[in-house]
This record gives sequence, C-alpha cells and structure tokens, in this order.
Amino acid sequence: MSEKPAASETAETPVEPTKNILQRIFVRTGKLSSLLLPILAVFSALVIGAVIIAVSSPDVLTAWKAFFQDPLGVLSITWFTVRDAYIALFEGSFGQPKQIAEAIRNWRGTGETRPLLEAFRPFSESLVIATPYIFAGLAVALGFRGGLFNIGAEGQLFLGGLASVYVGYSFTNLPWFVHLPLALLAGIAAGAIWGAIPGFLKARTGAHEVINTIMMNYVAFRLTDYLLQGPMAGPGGLPITIEIATSAYLPSLFPKPMRIHAGFFLALAVAALVYWFLWKTTRGLEIRMVGANPHAARYAGVRITSTIVLTMALSGALAGLAGTAQVLGVNHKMVRAFSTGYGFDSIALALLGNSHPLGVVLASLLFGFLRGGAARMQSVAGVPVEIIRIIQALVIIFVAAPEIIRGIYRIKAIREGEKTLARGWG
Amino acid sequence: MHPILELRGITKTFPGVLANDHIDLSLNKGEIHALLGENGAGKTTLMNILYGLYTPDEGDVYIRGQRVDIHDPNDAIQHGIGMVHQHFMLIPVFTVTENVMLGVESIKVGVLLDREAAAKRVREISSQFGLLVDPDAMVEDLPVGVQQRVEIIKILYREADILILDEPTAVLTPQEVEELFKIIRSLASQGKSLVFISHKLKEVLTIADRITVLRDGHVVGTTTPAEATEASLAKMMVGREVILKVDKKPPQLGEVVLDVEGLTVYDDRGFLAVDGVSFQVRAGEILGVAGVQGNGQTQLVEALTGLRQIDGGMVSVLGQDITHASPRQIMEVGTAHVPEDRQQDGLVLSFPVVDNLVLNTYYLPPFAKGISLKHDEIEKAGSKRVELFDIRTPSIFLPTSNLSGGNQQKVIVAREFSRPIRLLIASQPTRGLDVGSIEYIHNRIMEKRDEGTAVLLVSPELDEVMSLSHRIAVMFEGKIIAILPAVEATKEKLGLLMAGIQEQEPVPVHA
Repeated sequence: MSEKPAASETAETPVEPTKNILQRIFVRTGKLSSLLLPILAVFSALVIGAVIIAVSSPDVLTAWKAFFQDPLGVLSITWFTVRDAYIALFEGSFGQPKQIAEAIRNWRGTGETRPLLEAFRPFSESLVIATPYIFAGLAVALGFRGGLFNIGAEGQLFLGGLASVYVGYSFTNLPWFVHLPLALLAGIAAGAIWGAIPGFLKARTGAHEVINTIMMNYVAFRLTDYLLQGPMAGPGGLPITIEIATSAYLPSLFPKPMRIHAGFFLALAVAALVYWFLWKTTRGLEIRMVGANPHAARYAGVRITSTIVLTMALSGALAGLAGTAQVLGVNHKMVRAFSTGYGFDSIALALLGNSHPLGVVLASLLFGFLRGGAARMQSVAGVPVEIIRIIQALVIIFVAAPEIIRGIYRIKAIREGEKTLARGWG
Repeated sequence: MHPILELRGITKTFPGVLANDHIDLSLNKGEIHALLGENGAGKTTLMNILYGLYTPDEGDVYIRGQRVDIHDPNDAIQHGIGMVHQHFMLIPVFTVTENVMLGVESIKVGVLLDREAAAKRVREISSQFGLLVDPDAMVEDLPVGVQQRVEIIKILYREADILILDEPTAVLTPQEVEELFKIIRSLASQGKSLVFISHKLKEVLTIADRITVLRDGHVVGTTTPAEATEASLAKMMVGREVILKVDKKPPQLGEVVLDVEGLTVYDDRGFLAVDGVSFQVRAGEILGVAGVQGNGQTQLVEALTGLRQIDGGMVSVLGQDITHASPRQIMEVGTAHVPEDRQQDGLVLSFPVVDNLVLNTYYLPPFAKGISLKHDEIEKAGSKRVELFDIRTPSIFLPTSNLSGGNQQKVIVAREFSRPIRLLIASQPTRGLDVGSIEYIHNRIMEKRDEGTAVLLVSPELDEVMSLSHRIAVMFEGKIIAILPAVEATKEKLGLLMAGIQEQEPVPVHA
C-alpha cells in the first residue's frame, strides 16, 4: 500500500497519509522499531516454523497426497499437527495449565508442595536455561556497545567455569559467604583475563578481535580438555571434576525437582548493573563513545587503548559469569560438554536485544523458553528438537535483516536518511 | 518553450518539521539558477527530492514538460539529473575510477570490469573540464577539495543535463572558484542546466542567472543579480537586516598564549605535512591561517590539539610544554578546539544533543562525581547551553543527527565556549553554514577575542580569514610562507601566496 498524500491544514500539522494498521502502530509509538521488529520477527519465525513442522511430519505428508479426496480432512490434520506441536512447546516451556491449577488447589487443600513443584518445573527449567544466556548475551551486548565483536564468549565462559569449579572444590572449610563470592570472583577474573588478551592485542596492534577471540576459544576448549583429563580430573577416569563443596553452591531457590538457582536473580541484577554502568557512569559513556565514534572519542579525550581493553575485559568477565553460574548453580562440577553453545547463541541474543540489557534479558528469556519446551515437543508431539533451532535461527535472520520484515508487513522506514558513505563537507 | 525542469508545490514533512512548503521552482535550459537559504531552509531536502532520495508528500516534478516520478537516484540519473552533494557519496576505500564508474561500470567481457576504459574517460573529462585528479588514487587519501572534483566528474561521466551542485565552492581557493565558474559557464553554454545551491552571497551574484531564496521551507522570492545586492539577499534569507562586515576593533594584545617553534608533523602516509612551522598567537588577537586545503593545515591543527604525533619542534600554551600532551591534557590547559570535520571528530551523531554538549567535559564536576554521571547537572547545563547559543532542536534528548549542520556546529561551539578558555583553535568553523549561523559564530569568536582569548583561525574561506584576523599566515606545502598584517592583505596577494608564489622582497615571518 503506497502513501497517499493528504491535504495538510496548516504548515504545522504533519501530513497524515493513510497507512496500514501496522504502520499506524509503528508511527504512533514513535521509536518502536526496537520493539516492534523483534515481536514481528518472533511471530514470523513461529509461522514459518509451523509450516516446517507440518511439512516434516510424515502423517501430514501422507495425508496431503490425498488432498483432493478430502481437503478438509487434510487441512485439519495439518492444523492439529501444528497445534499439538506448539501446545507441547508451550507446556514444555511454561508447564501444563491444568496441572498447575490442580497443584495449586491441592496445595491449598493439603499443603502438599511436591505436586506444585512438579507443575512449575517446566517454567523453572526454562529460567535455568535462560540464566547463562543472560550473562553471555550481556557480554556480547556490552562488547557491541563498545564497537567490539566478542566472538569469544564461549571460550570465556569455559574459563569462568574452570576457575570457579577449581575454587569450588579446592576449599572445604570456608563458610558460604566467603566461598561463594570467592568462586564467583574467580570465574569473573578468569573470563576477564581471557577477554582482555584479545582486547590488548586490538588496542596495541589493531589486530581484529573477531579473529583473536575465535582463536582464544580453541585454546580454551583444548585447555579444558587437558585439565579435565589431567590435573582437574576426578576419580573414575572420566573427564569430570570432583564436586564442588556445598558452600560454593549458588543455592537452589526451591527444593528438588526445581533446579532454578540464585544465579537467575544474579543474572537479572547483573543486567541492571550493566545498564547502570553503560548509561550512568563516566567509564560506560567512554565505552559507548568509542563504540559510536572513535574519532570523536579521541577528540573528547578518551583514552582509546585502555577503553578497548576495559571493554573486552568486562565482556569476558560477564561471559565468565555465564560459565560460573552453570557450574555453581546447576552442575556443581565441570564436565566437558557443560555448555550447549551459549557463547555463540549469545551473539544472536545481543542482536535480538538491540545490545540493551533489557532487550538481552527478554531475548534470553525467549530463547530459554523455546529451548525449555523443545524436549517436550519432541517427546509428546514427535517434533524433532531441531525445529526449535530453526525457529531461533529464523528469529535471528529476521532481526539481522529488518528489511525482510519491513517488506513482508509493508512498514516503511520513518526516517529516510542521507546515505553518506564518505565524510566530506561538514 | 518549457523550462527544462519545474518543481510545483513540492511539500515534504519530517517528524516535527515542515521541510518544504509548497515550493515552486523552474529552471531553463542553459541557465545557472542559484538556490540560496539558511541551514534548515529546505534547500538540501528539495534537491534530495529531485534526486530521488526522498519522496515528496505533495507536489510534482516536471522534466521537459513531462510529469515524472523519481523514486530513487537511478530514476533521476535516467532523466539526466546529476547531483554533487554537500556530504559526499564516495566510497573511501575505492579508487577515483572505481567511484566514478560505480553503477555504470564499463565491461570488458561478461562480468569483467574494464577499468582502463573508465580511467581513460575519467582522464578525458578531467582534462576537458580542468578537474585534475589521479584516476588511480584512493579516495580516502585525497583531500576534501580533490574529492569534490571526483564528485563532479562522476556526474559528467553520466552525461547529466541537469546538474545540481550543493555548496560546491566550500573548499576552493579564489583562483579555483574562478576555474569552477569557468567550467560552470561552459557547461551552461553547451546546453547543460545547473542548480547552484549556496550560501555565499558574493559568488551567487557572480555566477547565477537567476536566484531563488528559501527561508523556513518556503520560497521567499526569485530575483536576478542585476536586481539584488548582498544585503538584499541576506535580508531575504534571514528575514531581517544582517550585518555582513564584522566590526573589528583594534586588538588589545596580551601575553603570548600559543608558541609554536619548528613544528614538524608527518601525515598518515608518512609524508611531511608540516615542515618546521613557527608562529605565536597572543591573548586578544586572531591569527588566521589561510591556504588551500591539503597544504598541512589539517595536520597542523591535529598536532596542536594532541590528535597527531609531533615529530619535531615544540608547542607550548602559556609557557607549558604540550608537545607530547594528550587531547585531554591540552584541553585542561585551557584550549578549545572547534574541529574541521564536525560530524567525524566533534560530535557523536547517534548520541543525544545533551551528551554532545558535555562530550569532553563529562568527567569533571559537577557533571560527574567519581565514576558516576550526574545526569541532572548535565541536563541542566545542556538546557542552559541550548538557550544561550540558540540551538534549534525540539528536545535535547534527540539524537544529534537530527540537527541541521548549523545547529550541530552550534552544539560544538556551545560546548567549547561554556568553559574558561585561553586559546581557541577553530578549524573551518563555518563550513557549510548559512549566513545567519556564520554571523553568529563570527560574533562569538570576536567575543572570545575581546575577553582575551588567543584565537587561531584556520580556514580556506578567504573572506572569513580576512574579515576576522589581525594577522594572516599563509600555508603552502607544509610551510608558513608569509605572515601579513590583515590591513596589508588583499585577495590577490593571498591568492598568489596560497598558490606558492612568493613576493620578491623577503617577508618577515613574525609580524
């Protein structure tokens, strides 16, 4: 639908062309592209996901062969397949509403907590999955704000895990209020160092952090292999460390089977801290300045080299916390496969969240819920978990290339800007 | 006989601002039509509509009597419209030839680029119109003045009939402006039609056949050089009487504030940019540095403000050696720097105006306490500065990219002038600005001078340098080849010096 020029009454009132409803929402809510776009991206991804679910279900495919005989039947099979898949996904992410309602009634009546815990378990699992995403997403987001691509979050979180697990099992007689902070600090410091190294290389030599952080990832993986098979291996010959002392645990908030641990709330607190740091402090302003315009930052007196190192160190520290939270809160030991690619997904999360702490938290929750529900979608509805990966990937594609969404929903960009490629006259 | 180009009732609104208000404009074949107006008057918006970068909310464009819809620059080029923008549209990491042929590439066979054919054509255009440039040079290495020539070659390469030139003379010497005018006149006599956007009243009166003045988005009137004067044009642009000649009082000279001795600086490619330059600036005086862009002025200013390494010589401010000081240290000594490229060096365009107003002072009290920023203080100071310096913005929280060039410059000036300064280094402070803004900034510079600030004014705008400075230094190939008292300086003398032609008798270096 193209804009139709309307007559303007006076010089002051802006012209109001007719637009489709999405465009109207877009305009009225002003700078909504940072919110509307991800919402539309997720919605579109789910729609395409539905198509893929249908197309990859053997039942639906066979049914469609007989389309002309019984079109309504075929459509209804398709619909039900998708519907069941998404219901299973929802139940896997949040829990089954009936079960929750019953458990609440039960608890009201008999005071039994066990069914209540069971009912909320899926929800808690989703938050558990979201926790390392939040930390790693913050790490990459902070890097982006500083103009740096931290692809090394995965390696940094491994280092964080190693350091914190070491402190966790090395001391057995410390009270928790000493041991836990110590273990957390160890994880933070390890991640910070791992991030600072490529930061230093970039600041001093201009070596691109993308290359170096990826290289550091490989070093981190091999280091972990070595340590878990050698010096840090527990008894039994498997590449698993011994368990950490309970005094180093990030405590579980609820009894088993709920796995949600204090790390989740720590993640939220750290997100708030990152927001405060970036927007309310001088150092944070400097980091953002260097990210937005290094020339002006130099002019303004910011020391570029030290800011780059600081940015990478902080980013590494946050990623280290992701690994630390997993070790101290969930696994309570370190295993080789303790990360399911959090560091790499976090890049997508930072983009999805527009590199803003609130956006990162919301995006992490989204991915946490999607991942959380994937298992149930497979076991109950027979839909392979890879579908979730596809949906996640589609969300990322739509966010990274907003033109696709704009094209699909016919949203015109409000500000047509001058496309300046080279700086010339002021 | 139709005008070759007609704009009727063009209207364009952006959120919060009516940029073009039912504008009518006509251009005859072979005519040089000047479009005059303040920053924010709507000239660039209008031309961007013509060139397909924006779509008008209302109104029509007629080319050769036919109504046309221009959706993007390709359409415009198809209709024979070419535009040389105020802000370049060049790719820094491509060569001149690559930039010129981008979009209309010559093909050898299949998909193979034929750079040689394109380079040949570039050389032809280059020598035919006197736009000297090396086709194989990397654009990012070229000084701004030469980049402009590439832009002009680009549109000539595409056989444009209607040429729009947006402030093309901003970086040229008087002699080069004459050359450009020769080119423009010959293009017009060969049937090309030109729209010449400018804020330079003298030039417009020299070159234009007709002049249309815009103010606040609407057409104030159309006149001819025969009927108009600088004063009448300025009045049309601004809506009131404008004082064009700066009131220059004799200076009250104080101590030496800036002392430069034997300064030697290399540029990014390792070539000598500043070659043993020495001069002094006293409190209360304005030393102007004239010269064609690319003779070391940029590197000189960068060296003096800590943005470039000094390889030889010494610089001191009020006796303190700042030769190897950082930008922040130099600022803390009492130096203010209005940079040559305001968008690249002076502002973070994506940040809100309020942040840019404290861009280099955010860490000082009262704006910060330790590491924590005091936003209420920053906002208070920001509002005050916006008011004091008449910065036109709907809100101090909008991104600075929303502001017009003149208002962006005012942000920088507001920031630099809002703290006690002893030395002001202003590099092309009025580049791309309209008459009203120029008047404003010149007055503020004079105010600072009256307060006892030493001012180093580096500008390729001879009028500006001549009207503001007490002494004028001319830079050529990295050296200061002369420093004259302003009273002795004429445009002709300076023009010759800027081209490296020195007078026979030895000229004293220190006045």
